[in-house]
Amino acid sequence: MSTAHKFLTMFEAIGLFIAVVGVILAIASRFSGRRGDRVVAAAFLLPTVALISVGLVYPGLKTIYQSFYNAAGNAFIGIDNYRTIFGDPDQRTVLRNTVLWVVITPFVATAVGLLYAILVDKARVEALAKALIFLPMAISFVGAGIIWKFVYEFRPDQQGIKQTGLLNEILVKLGGSPHQFLINSPWNTVFLIIVMIWIQAGFAMTVLSASIKAIPEDIVEAARLDGVRAWGMFRYVTVPSIRPALIVVLTTIGIGTLKVFDIVRTMTGGQFDTSVVANEFYSQSFRSNNQGLGAALAVLLFVLVVPIVAYNVRQLRSSEGR
Amino acid sequence: MTSRIHRRGLTGLAGLAVLALAVSACGGSSGGSTKGAAGGTSASPQAGCEDYAVYGNLKGKTVTVYTGIVTPEDQLLKDTWAPFEKCTGVTIKGEFDKSFEAQILVRAKAGNLPDIGIIPQPGLLKTLVATGKAVPADAATSTEVDANFAPSWKDLGSADGKFYAPPQNASMKSLVWYSPKEFAAKGYKVPTTLDELKTLSDTIAATGKKPWCAGIGSGEATGWPVTDWMEDWMLRLWGPDEYDKWVNHSIAFNSSEPTAALDAVGQYLKNSKYVNGGLGDVKSIASTTFQDGGLPILKGNCSFHRQASFYAANWPKGTTVSPTGDIFAFYLPGKLATDKPVLGGGEFMLGFRDAPEVHAFQQFVASATWANLAEQGGGGRCVTPNKNADPAKAANCSDIDKLAISVLQDPKAVFRFDGSDAMPAAVGSNSFWKQATNWITGQSTKDTVNKIEASWPK
Repeated sequence: MSTAHKFLTMFEAIGLFIAVVGVILAIASRFSGRRGDRVVAAAFLLPTVALISVGLVYPGLKTIYQSFYNAAGNAFIGIDNYRTIFGDPDQRTVLRNTVLWVVITPFVATAVGLLYAILVDKARVEALAKALIFLPMAISFVGAGIIWKFVYEFRPDQQGIKQTGLLNEILVKLGGSPHQFLINSPWNTVFLIIVMIWIQAGFAMTVLSASIKAIPEDIVEAARLDGVRAWGMFRYVTVPSIRPALIVVLTTIGIGTLKVFDIVRTMTGGQFDTSVVANEFYSQSFRSNNQGLGAALAVLLFVLVVPIVAYNVRQLRSSEGR
Repeated sequence: MTSRIHRRGLTGLAGLAVLALAVSACGGSSGGSTKGAAGGTSASPQAGCEDYAVYGNLKGKTVTVYTGIVTPEDQLLKDTWAPFEKCTGVTIKGEFDKSFEAQILVRAKAGNLPDIGIIPQPGLLKTLVATGKAVPADAATSTEVDANFAPSWKDLGSADGKFYAPPQNASMKSLVWYSPKEFAAKGYKVPTTLDELKTLSDTIAATGKKPWCAGIGSGEATGWPVTDWMEDWMLRLWGPDEYDKWVNHSIAFNSSEPTAALDAVGQYLKNSKYVNGGLGDVKSIASTTFQDGGLPILKGNCSFHRQASFYAANWPKGTTVSPTGDIFAFYLPGKLATDKPVLGGGEFMLGFRDAPEVHAFQQFVASATWANLAEQGGGGRCVTPNKNADPAKAANCSDIDKLAISVLQDPKAVFRFDGSDAMPAAVGSNSFWKQATNWITGQSTKDTVNKIEASWPK
């Protein structure tokens, strides 16, 4: 396909989009009054509902259906795929890693973000300090994976061989011997998690800093008059005041972590016992041609994410309701 | 159309079919120019077209060819087709697409197949034949292949007991890279048996140098170079028949032969006296990318690196790759000096349309004429397993390609395809890689073969 042709296709798509919106608006504008509102709402919702059913609901149901079928997708095997996920030692390692990711990442990233937000709050270099920790957010997961792969790079402790990885160079300079960060399980998973924390701490910091700044000044002053010290201020004033923001940050990072794929795939490819559910789902579906097990892993991921999403939405609603 | 149906009905009696076509009223438009019939009458023989008379006059016909071979090799391939087009009047339309391997299956499902697909894997060939859309090769192509190739090549192009696809190019994996300069300086000789290789490794290890270096890192495909090692040793220790049984799963992955083969590989790759020169301990094999695995040879930190012929492209600019230069490779020897097992890859011309021009083109690619054109072109299309190719035509090829040609065209060579490619995807492109990687980082041979066996789809 030539470049000109690609652009033509793009303009056609944009034109089609404008035409569809135009038609909807034209239909909607023909109705008015109480009953008209409903028609207008329906006219706007219908395309969305149609697209969600085709693009999300149908594939979702189909995936659940497929998860009860064998590798080739032509024989019903009941819950065997789920049995494999919870029974096979390799798959159990995948589950263990996912648990590590979900338990460690949100809490540590949020804690780091919160600490940082409090420390730089009202400091002189606040803007710069915030920009620094926020920068990793601008880097894609794959980019971050490649950067950290270099940080963890290993070269042997031999004559004439120079360390090329940042961490190992520091280790050697300090008199230690170089370490294989990405190979020894289960610590390699922790080293991968650090990458995610590096990215997400900036997000946590930004949201939490904004809500710290929104704590009414009179509450802070009243607490100070009551003789509350730094720790007490943090424990009894700051944290309760920003609780809704904390929960949103925790759950958002939690959902992102459950779906983590890019970092693992870029840095270890899921080797050395570092695979997680999303990565395993990809390997099984597209590398092993095991459609059934791949679908079952996708369903598992969906089941794990749903409660967090539901909790997140409820929290959002209750904080808006106030 | 009638002529095609006609043909299909008579394929069993090839000679009669030719006669029938020549007699049938189809004229010269669609079926009349069958090879045998048209051979003698082909008008206006152009200069240099003597070798092409056998294909007849195909004027106005078009053959579409779909392949995963892309720039810059697509041009080399087109150059080999040019004389055939000129002499027979046929038009060969190439479609060069990197995502061929996935797309060809999609196109088979959609019924949008090319006349010929250049298939780089026997497993894919079998899958495509199973769709029922492939057309067996005709008798003339079959005869041509019998005359020019070792029988193992015909088997690879066959499925369900029928011969479908003649081979095109080949590549060779059974190579060990070394430094001819180091060998000359130290007085080492290129080993001709596995035992000699072992002895030489011990000799070098005794000097305090780690003789071998390796790297198996390749993103999600990490581990694949170990599968090549194991295939090479399987082929050498147990011979082609046991190798085939292992690949087809007629013997279990954890039975005694494969286990012994992996253990034999372990005497190299998991031997801390042998590896990993310039790269670290045994575990560093897993963290080193396969591209970096052989580079320590240049710095004198190791002496051997087992990798396929494509590794020639990995050496830094300015490295001379020749039998007397900085770097060259020797054939990974067999158990005995007279054994010539070769592990490698190849491409097969699978037809999807039953037409004289398609069969003629398949026959042409299987001929020594084509192999000579490919060698003359030099570059990445040099290596063919056609044993009747003229070695003198290979002057433009690189030294490594010349070595590969000499081994592959050796009448004693027993060629086997990369076995992991032929295993089911769940094994060949997942558990085999993964467990091989775990094996390098410490898992026992027994656990490794057991886990791979357990992952074999039932």
